[in-house]
Amino acid sequence: MNKNHLNFVIVGHVDHGKSTLIGRLLFDTGFIPQVKIDEVKSVCEALGKQFEFCYLMDYLEEEREKNITIDTTQTFFKTDRRDYVIIDAPGHKEFLKNMITGTSLAEAAILMVDAAEGIREQTKRHAYILNLLDVKQLIVAVNKMDKVNYQRARFEEIKKELLSHLAALNLEPNYVIPISAYQGDFIEHKTENLNWYNGPTILEALDSFKTLAKTQELPLRLPVQDKYREIIVGQVETGVLNQGQEVIIMPAGIKATVKEIKKWHEEKNRALDGENVGLILDTADIERGDVICQTNQLPTVTTNFKATVFWMSPAGVKTDETFILKLATQEVPAKIKKIHKLMDSSSLEIITDRADEIRETEVGEVEIVTEKPLVIEDFNYMHQLGRFVIVKNEDIAAGGIVDVK
Amino acid sequence: MDYLDQLENKSIYIIREAYYQYKKLAMLWSIGKDSTTMLWLARKAFFGTVPFPIIHIDTTYKFPEMYQFRDKYARDWQLNLMVTRNEEALKRGVGYETHDAFTCSHELKTVALQQTIVKENLKAMLVGIRRDEHGIRAKERYFSPRTIDFKWNYNDQPPELWNQYKSKLGKETHVRVHPLLHWTEIDIWRYAKRENIPVNKLYFAKDGQRYRSLGCKPITKPIKSNADTVDKIISELETIKDPERAGRLQDKEQANTMEKLRSLGYM
Repeated sequence: MNKNHLNFVIVGHVDHGKSTLIGRLLFDTGFIPQVKIDEVKSVCEALGKQFEFCYLMDYLEEEREKNITIDTTQTFFKTDRRDYVIIDAPGHKEFLKNMITGTSLAEAAILMVDAAEGIREQTKRHAYILNLLDVKQLIVAVNKMDKVNYQRARFEEIKKELLSHLAALNLEPNYVIPISAYQGDFIEHKTENLNWYNGPTILEALDSFKTLAKTQELPLRLPVQDKYREIIVGQVETGVLNQGQEVIIMPAGIKATVKEIKKWHEEKNRALDGENVGLILDTADIERGDVICQTNQLPTVTTNFKATVFWMSPAGVKTDETFILKLATQEVPAKIKKIHKLMDSSSLEIITDRADEIRETEVGEVEIVTEKPLVIEDFNYMHQLGRFVIVKNEDIAAGGIVDVK
Repeated sequence: MDYLDQLENKSIYIIREAYYQYKKLAMLWSIGKDSTTMLWLARKAFFGTVPFPIIHIDTTYKFPEMYQFRDKYARDWQLNLMVTRNEEALKRGVGYETHDAFTCSHELKTVALQQTIVKENLKAMLVGIRRDEHGIRAKERYFSPRTIDFKWNYNDQPPELWNQYKSKLGKETHVRVHPLLHWTEIDIWRYAKRENIPVNKLYFAKDGQRYRSLGCKPITKPIKSNADTVDKIISELETIKDPERAGRLQDKEQANTMEKLRSLGYM
């Protein structure tokens, strides 16, 4: 169990080869069930054809469309270095919300670009979202190199165009790799087809990535999730909690001492970031939504802050319209007071003809006002208290990141 | 924290969240390894005493070892166990002796569950499915709303991000909550080993065979295996390539060679 795990997402424009790459990764690492391969082999044999990877992909694709067994979303494989989880982001219909749901769990991303087609609408949109959600470990895969005769010039041309586009979004990919997922070039194997390329394969690049950054060095934040009689429960989002420690309960600012840290069948005197614990304080004046903090390095407490909001629901939002805002375990009625800047997330063009409504797939830089004080942090400093969702009609309609720099 | 700790913590957070958001909550316990692990996590989440009912949908066709296991641990762990059956279908004579696997599964499991949800007015059900079990399950959310006829609109699901889950029902009748969604089969065994979670003896090899997944006796087949300890099962799974539910007949797709041929682009 010394091996670690990494979650990554594969994004890119539709038909630029996401599912082929998933199929190829699973195939090359031996994770497509042998029964599937045997089935396709026997059909090939019956037809007097040699088994090829592309037949397998077509077969899996067909199954996927019929929703029988979606083996392309059988999303686990491993290398000698670690175990991987491929997060299934969007399906055929490129819903922004699926892309965001997937990406919000990712520690790394592969952005796929078709070598023949180049940058397309969703390439830009997805790159934008990667930056917004702060996915910093990025591989750009220039796919379908076989379709352009493995020409180095074409690769360099796309690479240049991409890098300048990504730079405009503050994204700097760790690798730009020419591949053919269909033919299996530079996924696991370095092949002669691309002998002019000296960089790593996709798997080597993935293996070089780190798992999520440590949140232990940040100050203690423990949003209260619930209370079972005298036991307060919640997840230590950042920092460390010690028995006997003096803490401060925000937003009220009440000081308290940690009497006990409880876990079933475990004696504990300290809890680390990511741990879900029970604790007993010397005060009962605490409820869900409160955030237990260390007494120095306090969070921001406010009813008014700047944020970037990305809208994922067909029903948009008007300024001054009340909704529910959820941030960690806090939940408050809130509204958008002012839209400073509005952008179309696919074209990345600024919308200038309206400043009172955010619609589906649009991103707004806004000012939010809440009915009650909220405990927040800047997203880039502390993800855990710097991100929120907006709930409308009982569904999550939007995500947002806090800007309190 | 190691990987198993991460899995455990995420599951506990979700179980506690489900209990906070939905007081009319119950957990489905199929007596298999996954839902027993989920039950273990619930005991951890609530410091030993699970504050909601544990439901066993009894098709009456389970293995005798499963009933024994259920009754022993319901007692030992002081569970609020609720056993429900589709009595009406059983009276009509629905059973594997006379009906196909699909009908039995639908009547004795799905309909029985619907009846229970209505009767107990349940708003949320904790279910121990995992993403890696079956292709379609990879599309699931942690909090997955359903209509009463269990329709699941997977093409148009609400987004789910940053530990924020669907916390109130709109037009849907109940929500399925999946605390084990991110676990894999081998994770379950590694965790069972670490935590010393009791496991049904049917999972261990006897005479060269063991059950890898447990369902109704008439439609559940063992696999060839000599793994008679948790450690041996873990080593077996490290190399095995066949899908976990290969022994579960109701999952078998209808083989259609014509379609497969077409999928290869020849006809």
